Amino acid sequence: MKILVAVKQVAALDEDFEIRADGKDVEAEFLLRDLNEWDDFALEEAVRIKEASTTTPVEVVVVSVGPEDADETLRKCLAKGADRAIRVWDDALEGSDPIAIARVLAAVARREAPELLFAGAQSSDHAFAATGIATAALLDWAHAAVLTQLNVTPGARTARFRRELEGGLLHEMETDLPAVLTIQLGINTPRYASLRAIKQAAAKPIEVLSLADLSVASEAVGESGSLSRVRRMYIPEKGRAEMIEGSIEEQAQRVLAIIREAAGGAA
Amino acid sequence: MSSTSANSGILIIAEHRQGELRPATLELVTAAQGVRRAGEKVAVALIGAAPQALVSAVSVAGVDEIVTAQVSAAEFEPDLVEAAVDALIEARKPSIVLVPHSIDAFGYAAAIAAKKGYGFSSDVFQIEYHGDALIATRGGYGQKVNIEVEFPGQPIVLLTIRGNVYKPPEATAAPAVSSLSVPHVPSRVRSLEFIEPPPSDDVDMTAAEFILSIGRGIGEEANVEKFRELADKLGATLGCSRPIADAGWLPKSRQVGQSGKTASACKLYVAMGISGAIQHLAGMKHVSTIIAINSDAAASIFSVARYGVVADIFEMADALQEQSS
Repeated sequence: MKILVAVKQVAALDEDFEIRADGKDVEAEFLLRDLNEWDDFALEEAVRIKEASTTTPVEVVVVSVGPEDADETLRKCLAKGADRAIRVWDDALEGSDPIAIARVLAAVARREAPELLFAGAQSSDHAFAATGIATAALLDWAHAAVLTQLNVTPGARTARFRRELEGGLLHEMETDLPAVLTIQLGINTPRYASLRAIKQAAAKPIEVLSLADLSVASEAVGESGSLSRVRRMYIPEKGRAEMIEGSIEEQAQRVLAIIREAAGGAA
Repeated sequence: MSSTSANSGILIIAEHRQGELRPATLELVTAAQGVRRAGEKVAVALIGAAPQALVSAVSVAGVDEIVTAQVSAAEFEPDLVEAAVDALIEARKPSIVLVPHSIDAFGYAAAIAAKKGYGFSSDVFQIEYHGDALIATRGGYGQKVNIEVEFPGQPIVLLTIRGNVYKPPEATAAPAVSSLSVPHVPSRVRSLEFIEPPPSDDVDMTAAEFILSIGRGIGEEANVEKFRELADKLGATLGCSRPIADAGWLPKSRQVGQSGKTASACKLYVAMGISGAIQHLAGMKHVSTIIAINSDAAASIFSVARYGVVADIFEMADALQEQSS
């Protein structure tokens, strides 16, 4: 059995940042990169299925669409228990929306033919909650989102899972395989990689594929292959709290004053 | 760019669960009214095993038409919903399809758009036309920036709309009701049952007016007590963000934010050590006074809080304890 885990190297913003001259994104130098937190749980779920399977061997393959610096994220995944890593990049991918990325992931899934494709329920940077499920549609596979529990026996034709709904209600469902499942935080507790595993991962190869390797046309990705296009990015005007400065005592005094005033009606 | 298309009208996909309409559906009626062009009709689609039962719940001002589409499962199953939405779009040829940005939508909205190549964006909180171009606004980088997206050449655009942005209409109405037959498709992902999370705690977060909430910044379980004492001292109900409940440091019933309990009565919210994941921010931004205390000046929560304090939360907890006696 094979599990393909799609991971994203997300970007967080530094405290101070600047919008790019073309007004469509943040200047790259202000972006701090890391493995998407949801994907960490997705990878852990795959590795646990592998470790729990005593009879059927399970292979865990991670794939990421991104330039060379995404290798760092893939190495982190190898250190946490992935068997192989694939990175897909081509300059034509610049400006891709989640659907264009899904076209690439679907091509990788066709090549790898896994029984399960895991993705994070969303990414911490742009939070579309779309890439995994769009990939399923392009593959015409069963799909479900926001899983907080999964029971799958390697070799079985179906899997049972729970998804977590608004207000904490749980929905127990059953899916045919192959399936694309998107994973919610809290489904497990992701492990830390050991120093030894980190060292070993540094020596493992990362397979790098181009669009041509996957027979994906360059028009199918980037702006031309996307279902939306960024028109403008800007910093919202009232998107900043009134900051309370001063010593810790002065700050506490002001916080208490605000609490007393606001709690006049509330508490 | 096709500036004039034959497509017209706004189609809203209603969401329901266990026989009840999900309230986010009605918010979409207001969103549709705000963006529709002269003469465009607003239709609400009810997809389910007994869709007629929900007709009265969506008979509100601003809805011109209700279309029922019967499918074999009573509860959400993605293949059935997708087949029904495909048939509805084929039959009505709308210019915009609106879906709540909900957990159900996470599981099907992008699939429809990707399969059919419709214009698509998600978690949208503003929609408008600039001339003939539809512009949707969403957040980016943990809500620190706004992003305007456009859909050049797309006659149909499917958008999932953030909750608690548009007020649902209050007046009722009597829109025309019709039905549409949906081709049968096999359901590969099937609903089995709903499970209520066990009530592990007698607290009712939905009724709390003053909540002091803790997040990852508290570091370890042993530190929960310190903040429980502070909450007691201040007269606040102790709440938490998702990671604290996931770790089992506080019961799930104390979790607030979108996937936790809706803190609908909350007027004063003190967030300590919560950096502000998107769902947490979206679930709390209705609160009129949010005070965020975090040692990380770059934390996303400062973009929704009214007041922000960059400080060590333990030192702050001590200082608040001392000064409130």
